[in-house]
Amino acid sequence: MKRFMSLLITVCILLGSLSVVAFAEEQIVLNVYNWGEYIEQETITMFEEKYPNIDVNYTTFDSNESMYSKIVSGAASYDIVIPSEYMVSKLIQEDMLAELDFSNIPNYKHIGEAYKNLASDPENKYSVPYFWGTVVVIYNSAFVSQEDVKDESLELLWNEKYAGKILMFDNPRDSFGISLTRLGYSMNSGNDKEWQEAAKELSEQKPIVQAYVMDAIFDKMEAGEAWIAPYYAGDALVIQETNPDIQFYIPKEGTNLFVDSMCILKTTEHKKEAELFINFMCEPEIGAMNADTVGYATPNTGAQKLLDPEITGNELIYPDEEYLKKNTEVFINLPQKTQMLQSTLWTDLKIISAEDGTEASAIDWIDAFCIIVIVAGGISALYFFIRNTKRKKLWKQ
Amino acid sequence: MNKNSKGLQRAMTAPFSVWMAIFIIIPIALVLFYAFTDANGSFTFENIMSIWEYRSTYIVSIELAFVATIICLILAYPLAYSISRMKARHQQTMVLLVMLPMWMNFLIRTYAWMTILEDTGLINTLLKAFLSLFGYEFEGFAMINTDGAIILGMVYNFLPYMILPIYTVLTKIDHSVIEAAKDLGANGLHVFTKVLLPQSVPGIISGITMVFVPAVSTFIISKLLGGGMTYLIGDIIENYFLGNTGEVNYNVGAALSLVLMVLILISMGIMNRFDKDAETSGGGLF
Repeated sequence: MKRFMSLLITVCILLGSLSVVAFAEEQIVLNVYNWGEYIEQETITMFEEKYPNIDVNYTTFDSNESMYSKIVSGAASYDIVIPSEYMVSKLIQEDMLAELDFSNIPNYKHIGEAYKNLASDPENKYSVPYFWGTVVVIYNSAFVSQEDVKDESLELLWNEKYAGKILMFDNPRDSFGISLTRLGYSMNSGNDKEWQEAAKELSEQKPIVQAYVMDAIFDKMEAGEAWIAPYYAGDALVIQETNPDIQFYIPKEGTNLFVDSMCILKTTEHKKEAELFINFMCEPEIGAMNADTVGYATPNTGAQKLLDPEITGNELIYPDEEYLKKNTEVFINLPQKTQMLQSTLWTDLKIISAEDGTEASAIDWIDAFCIIVIVAGGISALYFFIRNTKRKKLWKQ
Repeated sequence: MNKNSKGLQRAMTAPFSVWMAIFIIIPIALVLFYAFTDANGSFTFENIMSIWEYRSTYIVSIELAFVATIICLILAYPLAYSISRMKARHQQTMVLLVMLPMWMNFLIRTYAWMTILEDTGLINTLLKAFLSLFGYEFEGFAMINTDGAIILGMVYNFLPYMILPIYTVLTKIDHSVIEAAKDLGANGLHVFTKVLLPQSVPGIISGITMVFVPAVSTFIISKLLGGGMTYLIGDIIENYFLGNTGEVNYNVGAALSLVLMVLILISMGIMNRFDKDAETSGGGLF
């Protein structure tokens, strides 16, 4: 026992001194929080080689909302986050972002003018655009007939011919965006009626939907498990590399334009190093490496020049500005009231039965059943209570 | 001496008491606090009342978990019985085989089921290839993204928790009791209903609780195997805490989980009534 204790103490002292040594070197850890499959890992290694005193701790999220709840819960502290524009404006409104010192980010000059001063950050004080893109409709040309795709419409997602082979986003903002656009309304509509109409369309679509998923759209489309899905143009291009049957178009009704930007959280302790990281990512060579891997459109004009002209000339990835202005819409942060409505409508959509798309038939007996259970539970609790007190009385006598 | 050993006993339970306070008592207190307060921290019943909206989800969750539990019981009892009648050496191997899947991560096992059940997955591809040999054009079964797939996921993941407690109880039943019953003229059915079953009730009950409780509150199985088509109560709680639907609301989320906890406690209370007469020794969990 004694020997064990002394061993334990030695180990403790050793560990303690080790951590002191590590502390003395002042290795800075930079926590970067980004979308999944949204970087060329090699660039992180290159950054760490260039700045040996900085370690990058890179983690990923799969939706703006999950990123938001993670940072507000305080469960983990991040230095750099890369959300989409509507989340950037939400974070600015809630005073969670640090103002950037652009003298530390000289490579900002490479960012194209069209991507500066976006509506989400009008004076461009908080964010540096990382990638942008559009939501497109992708389909598997081996199974979907040319006849059905030639008008390049969102109707394809509601086409009953392909029941069970259609995927939708498991995210209310994106799915409602599609439904609202299809009806000719704005994705940022503040009109409750329009939202309810969009919800009705989605619930009519539910019986023919195979699944509501996010990143899994990639695998399911690639493997031919599903044939039709809305997805991001950049990823569609990457799927095409392994499955040449995959084709995609920008829907004629219009679509969502997103710009994901690098931001620094106010709580950071290493703002300067975080700015170094952002600057490094804006370097044309690095930007081009990333663009090559993730397939999205880069706002970095220097990087665009280094890319294969076949990619930068692709109208589906880099649509011309005229077209973007006319046919795309950027998400803005919805008012609180609309957010609540969206949440309720989405949950309702998920609760209804997948077979007939209605809840009405089941609701009557469910109500009756609930009431019976509650009443029966109450009566039996009362019965046991009375019986027990009677027994206790008998016991006392 | 006696005094000393009592002190030692107390000292030995101290680490667990601290653990329990930090990781069980405080979280439950927090759940209670959030469930009965609004965003500003003032007392309200509104969260609990708003749960009426989700009654159909509760019903669906309980229904699926119930079916999964029954299937587990039907599969587990005969298996546990036959294991308990094997030679000791074989018993060890069989129990090891039952536990083996649990050494792999729960998520990975569930992902594996996705590739098995998909339309272009293992089962359908093999069936199609086999039937095409005979000239049949087979469309394949729609298995993934259905309630059936969710139930399958629950059964697969939680089956060992049903087998093990029943097996433990059955090994404790003296074989001579069964022989005695047979000597006294009981047939196979009577031996089962009058001797085996009553003595294995504690194991069955702890098996049912250990399968039903995780099944009713799961959210990842419904997401992966159900394709997000069927919301279970766990999915809604997750949404309220992570804000996947654009609304972060710890209060309603906490109220939902509180009601779920109460429902589970009630059903456990009812089950323990059955357990009262049976001997509590053996696989009983509570």
